[in-house]
Parts: sequence; structure tokens; C-alpha cells
Amino acid sequence: MVNKMRSALTMLGIIIGVAAVIAMVALGLGAQSRIEEHIASMGSNLLMVVPGSFTSGGMRFGAGTRSTLTVEDAKAIAAEIPGVKYVAPSTSGPVQVVSGNQNWSTEAQGTTPELLDIRNWFIASGRPFTTQEVESSAKVCILGNTLVDNLFGGIDPIGQIVRIKKFPFTVVGVLEPKGQSGMGRDQDDIVFVPFTTAQRNLFGRDIPGTVRQISVQARGPEVLSEVEEQINDLLRQRHRILPNQENDFTVRNLTELMGAIEQTGKVMALLLASIASISLIVGGIGIMNIMLVSVTERTREIGIRIAVGAKGRDILLQFLIESLVLSLIGGILGIGIGMVGTFILSHFTQWPTLFSVNAIILAFLFSGSVGVFFGFYPARKASLLNPIDALRYE
Amino acid sequence: MEPLIEVQGLEKVYRLGEVEVQALQGVSLSIGKGEFVAIMGPSGSGKSTFMNILGFLDHPTRGQYLLEGINGEHLSRDELAEIRNQKIGFVFQGFNLLARTSALENVELPLIYARISGVERREMAKKALFEVGLEGRGHHHPSQLSGGEQQRVAIARALVNQPSILLADEPTGNLDSRTSIEVMEIFQHLNRDLGITIIMITHEHDIASFAKRDIHFRDGRVVEDRNSALQG
Repeated sequence: MVNKMRSALTMLGIIIGVAAVIAMVALGLGAQSRIEEHIASMGSNLLMVVPGSFTSGGMRFGAGTRSTLTVEDAKAIAAEIPGVKYVAPSTSGPVQVVSGNQNWSTEAQGTTPELLDIRNWFIASGRPFTTQEVESSAKVCILGNTLVDNLFGGIDPIGQIVRIKKFPFTVVGVLEPKGQSGMGRDQDDIVFVPFTTAQRNLFGRDIPGTVRQISVQARGPEVLSEVEEQINDLLRQRHRILPNQENDFTVRNLTELMGAIEQTGKVMALLLASIASISLIVGGIGIMNIMLVSVTERTREIGIRIAVGAKGRDILLQFLIESLVLSLIGGILGIGIGMVGTFILSHFTQWPTLFSVNAIILAFLFSGSVGVFFGFYPARKASLLNPIDALRYE
Repeated sequence: MEPLIEVQGLEKVYRLGEVEVQALQGVSLSIGKGEFVAIMGPSGSGKSTFMNILGFLDHPTRGQYLLEGINGEHLSRDELAEIRNQKIGFVFQGFNLLARTSALENVELPLIYARISGVERREMAKKALFEVGLEGRGHHHPSQLSGGEQQRVAIARALVNQPSILLADEPTGNLDSRTSIEVMEIFQHLNRDLGITIIMITHEHDIASFAKRDIHFRDGRVVEDRNSALQG
């Protein structure tokens, strides 16, 4: 192409289109992998049984609702359903934790040692509760990382005493930090106490024996839905729910929920990429436009070539290759700019991004096909020129 | 011996909107191998149309044209392109070189479409440039060459595929008198020493005198066809 500036401007559409696609896909994949990480950190093959009949999300419900889930239910699930690996009842509520002259409002969860395994909580220092401590309602607690920072600064809290609702608790363990949840909640802002202690001392409003939630971990993903069904049947039986009555509990399949979110994420990424692709189409139209101008400008030259023996195919190929080169160079530049732009974007917004080699190769091929597709009409026009007229053209 | 070119009752009609123009009204002649023919006539006499048909750039409306016994009547665009590539060399008034390529590459152009390999192409092109007296100038671009030199490059391009006929349309039209004579001397050399058949359109008598035969056109017909008094 004679005019370098003109070529550069022509490529602009392709460059922008490809850059946008690369960036959108990177954002989409980044968000998706963040969600996948979160699913993994929550614990796998997880079912949550909560009281009340829910039709939508929401991890808590009003204080006034009575729970019909019991510790016995939890024990029954553990005993009677073979696909179950761990079961952990829990009950939770807001508390003030006081250490010396520092205090901190947080959530206290009363549970059994199994819960830490089920929910992928790892002990950073110290130890989990013992079964004996659960049975004896011992006043021991395990702190989340945020509490350690805010109540103890840098001091090791193991063995220290904190007060929860006026009761003295000994810190026996500290948890590995988990960071923010997908919904933006600080997962490390938590304190675990034995389930029995929670019931007896902290949350006196509950009728003894009832729980707020039962966490169940299945042995593997293949039995997950089977276990879900079996829990449903078992509890309906235990709670003597008649066939035409609704459940007074809900079994929530977190994996399914997260899977749905992931699916939505994929659709979003695809949608964003499709919209960005429109820019590629516009770029292709730009190429077609410039090639048409080029063919007109070079009418004489085409006439000469045909006169000395160029066949239609030769001319067609010559111009197709030109538009292909334009679009491929635009594609490469677009990929480069897209990657750089994504780095800059994620640096300033902290949004997660992930590059996919597949997406890059696809964007390259796509820009090439845009070049061939939109370059075809001008190339064909060139190949059909009448040499006599073309040679006369001024 | 069969003549190189045989033309029988050639007619060509153009439609310009509503009007029909009879560019050729029945031309019959033959041209033998090794001839040097000048075609003359006023504007609109049909000489350019005649040349286009000779060069397989156009089909006659009626009549027959045979080059070496080949009839182009039913050939496709691509087949005609191939014949032009192999058998015809064109020289134009305006040189018609590709501006952004070197002289050597310009001469190579027909060889590219003949699918000849790079090394062989280069050799053949160099040889052709030598025949027109431009050896060593192959790397220059047209803008670096004078009018006469550019036309010589065009002649080399026309020769490079060793065609049966060289068709020249006002080859000296854009050249001064001295350069015109230089170019005509090259034509004479090609015709006399290399036996190349040359058919040339011109309106200048002194240019026509370099040829060995004059054919005069008027109103789409041949009105005079004689061997030149002056022999080269």
C-alpha cells in the first residue's frame, strides 16, 4: 500500500475490535476463575440444610423464625446416609469479643470440629476443639485472622483469654486467612466456639437441641445429588411431614448454586466478546472500503497486468493477500494493545483477569477471516476489470 | 507457408447507450512472420480496435482472426490471458510501467504470470534489458529513468516471453524526436536481427517509414496496403 497513514487508519477498526475482544475475554475468564477459586475455598461437595422454606438466596433469616432442625437430625444424617463424609451442625449469631481494652464485633459460630474440615478452614496455629470440649461445653474458641489482627496486634493469641458475652474463653487455635468471599464479605471476621457452648451460653434464645444449620459434605461429586435427595427424604420422615405439606427446611446445594453463577459468568463473557466483535465487523467494512478505493486508484495497473497475462485468479489473489496482510497486522497489534490494556485496567481496578491462548489464536484467525471476507468483493471487482477500459483509465 | 496472422471479414460493433458504432466494417488481410507493419489512419478509423482484436484483448463481432492458426473466438477470459502472455508483447504510448517496482521487476511481470521460477525469471529479464540497451539499469525505478529509457523497459517487458508478435500503439507518442528515433532503431534491430514480427500504430509518417509495410485505415476499413518504399 502506498500510503502508510491510510493503511494505519484502515487497520484501526480491526485493532480496536481485537483489543476489545481480548480484554473482554480476559475479564470474563478472570471473573470466572475467581468464582471457581471461591467455590474451592468454600469446600467441595457441600450441602447446607437450613430451617424454613426458601425460594431464593439469603444466608440468614429473621430472628423470630423457629428452627426445627435438631442435633439429632444431624446425627441421623451422619448415621443413615452412606454417601455422607462429614456432618456438622452449627448455630451462629453476632457477638462482641473483648480482649483487654480492645473489642470487636463479629460473628460467632458454634460448631463441631468436622465443620472446619467441611468448609476448608485450615488451622494456622494451635488446634481445633476436641470432641470432649464439645461434649462438655468448654469455653474455648478459635479465632479468624481478622480478629487476631484487631484484638492482638502481632501477639500470638494462643492461650490468651477473651470475653464473649461476659464469658471468658480460652483461645486454642487461629485460622488460615481466606480473604473476601464472592459477595464481598470478610470471611476471616469470625470466631468459632463449640456448638454446645454456643447453645448454652451465647445464644440462649434457642430451644436446646435445635440448630441454625447443618453442613454436610458428601464423599464425592458423583453422590452429591443422591445424598441431597436422601437428606430430603430422611428429614421429611423425621419431621413427620405429610406428602402434601411443604418442607420446614431447605437443602441447599452450594456446588449447584456456584455452578449456576459460573454459567452466568460464561454467558456474560460470551456476550461481551460478541459485542466487541461488532467492532471487528466495522473494521472489516473499513478494509473493504479502502480496498475498493485502492482498486479504483490502480485500475491502470490492473489493466497492464491483465494485458500481459494475469488471469482473474491472479488479480483476485493479489488483492486478497493485501487485505489479509492488513487485517492480520491489525490483529497482531490489537492483541498486543489488548493485552497491555488489560494489564493496565486490572492494575487500577483490581479486577481479576486471565489470558487464554485459545482466545488469542481465535482473535488472530478471526481478524484474518475478516480480512479475507471483506477484501473479497474489491478483489473480485479488480479481477473482472476489462483491460481495454482499464488501460484507458486516467 | 501459412501466414502468422490471418484476418477475414473482421467487424466490430460497439453499443454506446442508444447508438451503435461500427468500429470495423470488414477487414481482411494477412501478415507474415518477420514483417514490420505500420498501421495509420485518422482518429476513429478503427486502428485501435483492430489492434485490440489482434492482441486478444477483444473479440470481433463478426469475422475471423487467426494467430498461428489459433482462433480466439470461443476462448474464456483466462484462456485469452494465457495466449496474450505467451504470444503477444504490448508497447503503449504511455509506457504503462508499474511505478513502485524496479525496471527488472517490471520486465519480469509477464514471466510471473507464466509461472516461471525466480532465478530463471531474473535471467530472462536481464537478457531482455540487454537487447534494448539497458543492461545494468535493472534496479532503477521508472521515476529514475528518462522517457526513452522507460519505453525501452516497456519494450523489454514485451519481449521477455519471446512472443510471436509485438503490438505497439503510438510507441513514440510521448517521446521527443531524437528519442523516438532511438526507439525505432531498437524496433528495427529486433525485427531485422531477431526476426520479431512488429505491428505498430502511428500517425507520424517519419516513424512509419521505419516499417516495411503501411496499412491505412479509414472509417473501419483498410484503404491502402503497400510495402514501404524505404527499406530498413
